[in-house]
Order: sequence, then C-alpha cells, then structure tokens
Amino acid sequence: MTIKLDNITAGYDRHPVVHHLSGLFADNSLTAVVGPNGGGKSTLLKTIVGFVPLMTGTIDLCGINPGEIAYLPQQFEIDRTFPITVIEVVLLGNWQRTGAFGRMSKSHRSEALDALEEVDMAPFALWPVASLSTGQWQRVLFARIIVQRARLVLLDEPFAAIDGHTTLALMQRLEHWCRSGITIICIMHDLNLVRSHFPQTLLLSRELVAWSNTAEVLSSENLDTALAVAESWHEASGICSIKGESR
Amino acid sequence: MIGALLISCSSAPLGVFLVLRRMSLLGDIMAHAILPGVAAAFIVFGMSIPAMSIGGLAAGLTVALLAGVVSRFTALREDASFAALYLIAVASGVLMIALHGNPQDLEDILFGDARLLDEKILFYMATISAFTLLTLALIYRTLVVESFDPVFLRTVKGKGGLAHAIFISLTVLNMVESYRAMGTLMSAGLMLVPAITSQFWTQHLRTMVALAVGLAVSGSFLGLILSFTLAVPSGPSIILILGGFYLFSLLLGRFGSVRARYFPFRHLSR
Repeated sequence: MTIKLDNITAGYDRHPVVHHLSGLFADNSLTAVVGPNGGGKSTLLKTIVGFVPLMTGTIDLCGINPGEIAYLPQQFEIDRTFPITVIEVVLLGNWQRTGAFGRMSKSHRSEALDALEEVDMAPFALWPVASLSTGQWQRVLFARIIVQRARLVLLDEPFAAIDGHTTLALMQRLEHWCRSGITIICIMHDLNLVRSHFPQTLLLSRELVAWSNTAEVLSSENLDTALAVAESWHEASGICSIKGESR
Repeated sequence: MIGALLISCSSAPLGVFLVLRRMSLLGDIMAHAILPGVAAAFIVFGMSIPAMSIGGLAAGLTVALLAGVVSRFTALREDASFAALYLIAVASGVLMIALHGNPQDLEDILFGDARLLDEKILFYMATISAFTLLTLALIYRTLVVESFDPVFLRTVKGKGGLAHAIFISLTVLNMVESYRAMGTLMSAGLMLVPAITSQFWTQHLRTMVALAVGLAVSGSFLGLILSFTLAVPSGPSIILILGGFYLFSLLLGRFGSVRARYFPFRHLSR
C-alpha cells in the first residue's frame, strides 16, 4: 500500500520536529528511517499512526484503514511486569475483529499459536511475559503483528538491545511480510544492517536529507549533512525556511 | 458479616488493578478524600447508604479533578496536591461530623461497625457488589491492555480513558460501600492489602484476582469473629488479620518474597 506524505510538518507544543517532508513509501516497500537522535524519526511514525497531529500538509494512506496499521514503539513503553501470558498478548492482535467484548474463539487461539510458531516462540505460549528475555519479548510482539494482519507496519528501533541471531531471524520475518504485500517502515540505527537488508532508506534530520535507494542515501556527504543539521539546530530554531516557504 | 464478605468479593479485584497500575497510594488517598462527601450526606440524610455513596462519589471525583487542576496551573506536582487536598478533605469531614453528630457517629464512620448493618443496607451492598463485578467484567480486557500496553490500545482505537474513568468510579463506589463495615480510615485496606499479598503467590492475573478475593473474604470472616469476641471495632480487626496474611506472604511467598530472594529453591529442583 502506498503512503503519500505531502509537505508534512509535525511536532509537540508549537515546536515542529519534522519539517515540510514530502515523499512516498511505495507499495510493499521496506524502508529504513535513519538519522541523528532528535531528528524526528519517532515523531514521523507517530504522525503516520495519528498520535501526533499535523501542523501542515497531508498524509494519504491510500485506502489503509487506521485499524490496519501496526505500530511498535520503543520497548520501554510497555509495562512488562504485568501478569499476562505470551499467548494472551498475541491474542490481542485480534482486537480489530473481537473489540473489547468479543469472544476469542478456538480459531483465534490456533492462529495465535501459528504466529508464535513462526517466530519460534510456540513453547513459551503459557509463560508470563515478565520471565522472557528482551529478544524473546520482541519475537512475541512480532507474533502479535502477524495476528493483526496489518497492511502497514511501523517499527521504532525494533532491534535495539537485540542479539545478532534474533535480529537476523526477525529481519527475515520483515522481508517475508514485505513479499506478502505489507508496507514496512522501520527506524534503524545500525547502518550495516540497513545496507544489507533495506532496499529503501529515508535519512531524516528534522528536514529531509535524502530519500531513495539505500546505497545512494547512505553516502558520506548525506550523513555529514544530517549530522550538521542536527548539531546546528538549536541556533537555527524558530527559523523555518525550506524551499522558499516560511511559517 | 455477610456485608463484609460481599464487599470483599468486589473490592479485592479492584485492588489488584490498583496495585498493578501502580496506583495503590492513590487508592488510599481517594478513600480519605471521600470523607466530607459522606459526612455531608450523613448530616443531611442520616445513615442512608445511597445518599452517602453519591456524596462520597462526588467528593472523591472533586478531589481528583481539583488535584489535576492544581498541578496543571501551579508548580505543585500532582502527588503533592493530592496529599494536600486529601488532608484538607479528611479534616473538614471529621469536623463536620463532630459538629453535627455525637462521638459514637464519628467513631462509626471512622472505624466502622459491621454489627450495625441491617437488611436494607445489605441489599444495597449486594447490588453494588454485583454491579461492580459485572462492570469490571465488561471493561476487563480494555483495562488489562490499558494497564500494560496503552500505546497498543491507542493504535487499535480502544477506549482506554473511558475504562480508566469507569474503574476509578467503581473504586470510589466500593470504598463508600465498605464504610459501614470498615470505616473511612480502613476502607482502602480491604481493597489493597489482599491485592498486594496476592502478588507474592502468582504471576497470572486470574489467579491473582481469585486469590485476592479469597484472602479478603477469609480476612473479613476471621476479623469479624475477632471483633465480636474482643468487642473491638471491626475495621481494624479485619485489616490486622489481612496484615498477618501479608506479613506471612512477604516472608514466605512464591515470588519476590524474602524467602524467594534470599533462600531460593535449589537450581533444577522445584
């Protein structure tokens, strides 16, 4: 599914973090979003999912319902001490169909188990989430995305603090989803991983630095520009003059 | 007796959620904050449980709202403004009863006397307990997700805020309900102590809720017997029995207790 961004500006409390961004996430594309901290990567995802309001511009989801977007924030946003089991978390992926009151049927349950199987977590179905490792927990969240049957998947640093083996396994899931028609946008910091697995890259440093094939985007000039924009930002804050526009 | 057992059934599950949402202290504060509302209703309508419930609900929600407003528009943090407001609420509640009632009324409202319950009050209590359990069952899934993964709930457009508001109202309602048996100062105890105790024994939510109810019911039962035999107020008796359960679990519980932490079962054995 194509996602069209047209001149979007978004941020918090009158301070825009993402500036006048336009572009297109193509159908079934696998795009890495990279850039310095504070560069607006997370804000961009939150804007697409609708948590942060737009200040200018429009986002055209081209027919994707809000319910068909799966969004995985950074890990610390979930309270993993809560007494809930792995299978229950995965079953929540059915929310669009069951809502707050609907019954979870046998078929929902077997679907959830299949999803856990796909990420090698089936033996842990009845474990409390508190006893999982970080990598196992991320696998469980991936299984929930499978059950959600989303058409657009937004991931915020899914491989932070995850070991190489698990990263590779989950990366293969992403590539598999992509082939089956899901559009994926993924915030990344490991540029080697981006180079080896992501066909498209969006380099963001408050404003768009580059957005195209990964090899082209991750040139050293572009990376230097991104860093320079981020470092000089506090001096330039309040001024917003891109492509002759003003606020 | 039956009244205390009824409240135990509906309060304990609410307590489990309060503890899991890290709101135990807020629950305690709310229990105190509703005093002036209950006192006002008592002065105007006498010992009428519905009037006292409505009064308490109004006072509790007012304090919650005021604390939000104060922390938003001044430099005070929310916990500090809650503390200030609930102390003021307790003081004014106690004064209101002291001025208009006799010392016995004051003692009854502060510490409770389960022996004063009559059939009509019992009927109200049963209604409120049933209503609480039914409503809690309805918002259960939303509340669970809101407690553990609120961001996910937002992406699927769940009504997390609504569930939270209903949950808080139920909490206040049950505290007011337990006034007659437990007294103001102790009503949060029946809710929270069994819930906290159950954390030491299980990592599964359903077991936790069931265990909390079981603890609350047996604590009320034993506490009331103690209160009858020794002719002491029922609220503190119940809480002290529950406190005994808590202490035992703290020392010997399955998860995170002193025993589990410092004298773990040997590796490979269960």
